[in-house]
Amino acid sequence: MAMGYSEKVRDHFANPRNVGKLENADGIGEVGNAVCGDIMKIYLKIDGDIISDVRFNTFGCGAAIATSSMATEMIKGKPISEALKLTNHAVVEALDGLPPAKLHCSVLAEEAVKAALADYYQKKGLPVPEECAAACSGDCAHCCG
Amino acid sequence: MEKIIYMDNAATTSTGKAALDAMIPVLEKDYGNPSSLHQLGQQAADLLADARKRVAACIGAQPDEIYFTSGGTESDNWAITQLALAGAAKGKKHIISTAFEHHAVLHTLKRLEKEGFTVTLLDVHQDGIVRVDELKAAIRPDTCLVTVMYANNEIGTIQPIAEIGAVCREHGIPFHTDAVQAVGHLPIDVQKQNIDLLSMSAHKFHGPKGIGALYCRRGIRLTNFIEGGAQERNRRGGTENLPAICGMAAALEDACAGMEERSKRIAAMRDRIIDEVVQNIPYVRVNGDRQKRLPGNVNICFEGIEGESLLLRLDLEGICASSGSACTSGSLDPSHVLLAIGLPKEIAHGSLRLTLDEENTEEDVDHLLNVLPGIVSGLREMSPVWEEMMKENN
Repeated sequence: MAMGYSEKVRDHFANPRNVGKLENADGIGEVGNAVCGDIMKIYLKIDGDIISDVRFNTFGCGAAIATSSMATEMIKGKPISEALKLTNHAVVEALDGLPPAKLHCSVLAEEAVKAALADYYQKKGLPVPEECAAACSGDCAHCCG
Repeated sequence: MEKIIYMDNAATTSTGKAALDAMIPVLEKDYGNPSSLHQLGQQAADLLADARKRVAACIGAQPDEIYFTSGGTESDNWAITQLALAGAAKGKKHIISTAFEHHAVLHTLKRLEKEGFTVTLLDVHQDGIVRVDELKAAIRPDTCLVTVMYANNEIGTIQPIAEIGAVCREHGIPFHTDAVQAVGHLPIDVQKQNIDLLSMSAHKFHGPKGIGALYCRRGIRLTNFIEGGAQERNRRGGTENLPAICGMAAALEDACAGMEERSKRIAAMRDRIIDEVVQNIPYVRVNGDRQKRLPGNVNICFEGIEGESLLLRLDLEGICASSGSACTSGSLDPSHVLLAIGLPKEIAHGSLRLTLDEENTEEDVDHLLNVLPGIVSGLREMSPVWEEMMKENN
């Protein structure tokens, strides 16, 4: 429930940043599933090694929307190398914490970013960096069990 | 402060004036213990007896059939465990209930299952209504209890209680009903409806929290639930919460007086919300039978979005609602009630419950209907599930 959501979570839920899609995105990542109640889809535009633009679409609870919004803010305008180091903990910290039952949303946010980066490498025909490997298994118990 | 539109009356109601007026003098001056023999004690005992009589009268019971408890959950636990014990003593260890009971009932039944009881949960079908012939078919020689809720707390559907009571009476099986959502909202007569045990909770009808009652028909042996003093005719120890008991009696009388007229007004608002949502928002499902439902209950699934974000967006608009999504249930699964009526999980996640009451106005409904379509389409626009649905449909 809303109880336990920080001001920052509430702000990012009420006014999510970078909502939408990117035409001709260089990388698209989608994780989660509707049966579990959250899906995140992240679109990246990459110029050189910089993430020049990013958008997201999310089906999910308040925390899912807020973590998507925060994760996109944290990688926008940043070099790929930095985005590869994004962790769910960093997203949680940037939001001033999440209730324990909502931590899996931050895991999804991290995984959505990494899935989008993996897609970028694949499209380019380049080897996918190890950091992208932790994709959502689709099994929610993996995060919240 | 911006006006708050409270549409979560199935969760709890405001403390009404009738309850407050009854409670405050008791808190201020009638502090005697009803078990004491001096005048202050006897004054308190009189208040207690009077409250018991008034609560009993509201459901067609006798005063000595009412036991005050801490609320609906305790009443459910007490009724079910005690009747199960009585059944077991006769070698009867089968209980019939439904798949969409409140957790106070379902979790108690789960514990009994671990202790060797067999539980049959009746199907509640797509409309959220139990079928009496299916109950008849489920009865076994060793059935010791039937417990079926009066009206569901999430989807508001009203069960055929009198018919269930008649079947149980015919078979000599005690019948308990969790009537927490019904008492004070629907006319109840335990005699006419053949109800043997009934649970109620004061804060669902503008009474105080932490107080409720169990009705148990004369002749059904109720063993002690809480050991202690001689309170509640030796059945439940502990000094009575007299201010709350007096508040409960006053609130219940108030709720039962003028119930019909009030229900009509509330049901008209309910129907207006449902009709307009169905008309103006695509891909919605109304959960539960449209007619056999509590006057104030609206429960609708919005496909392609998740319920918690919907209710938080409504909260930003000053509207208090609830949802049966996994995120609000504290587990991975969406509400067991929505799954019991056969909704797929991905749709059950998008449920919204609005529970109205006499304090709501047509202006409240106007505001809700003004903001809801925009909130739903805004969330759908950012939903990959919705995007997928639209692609498949084009």
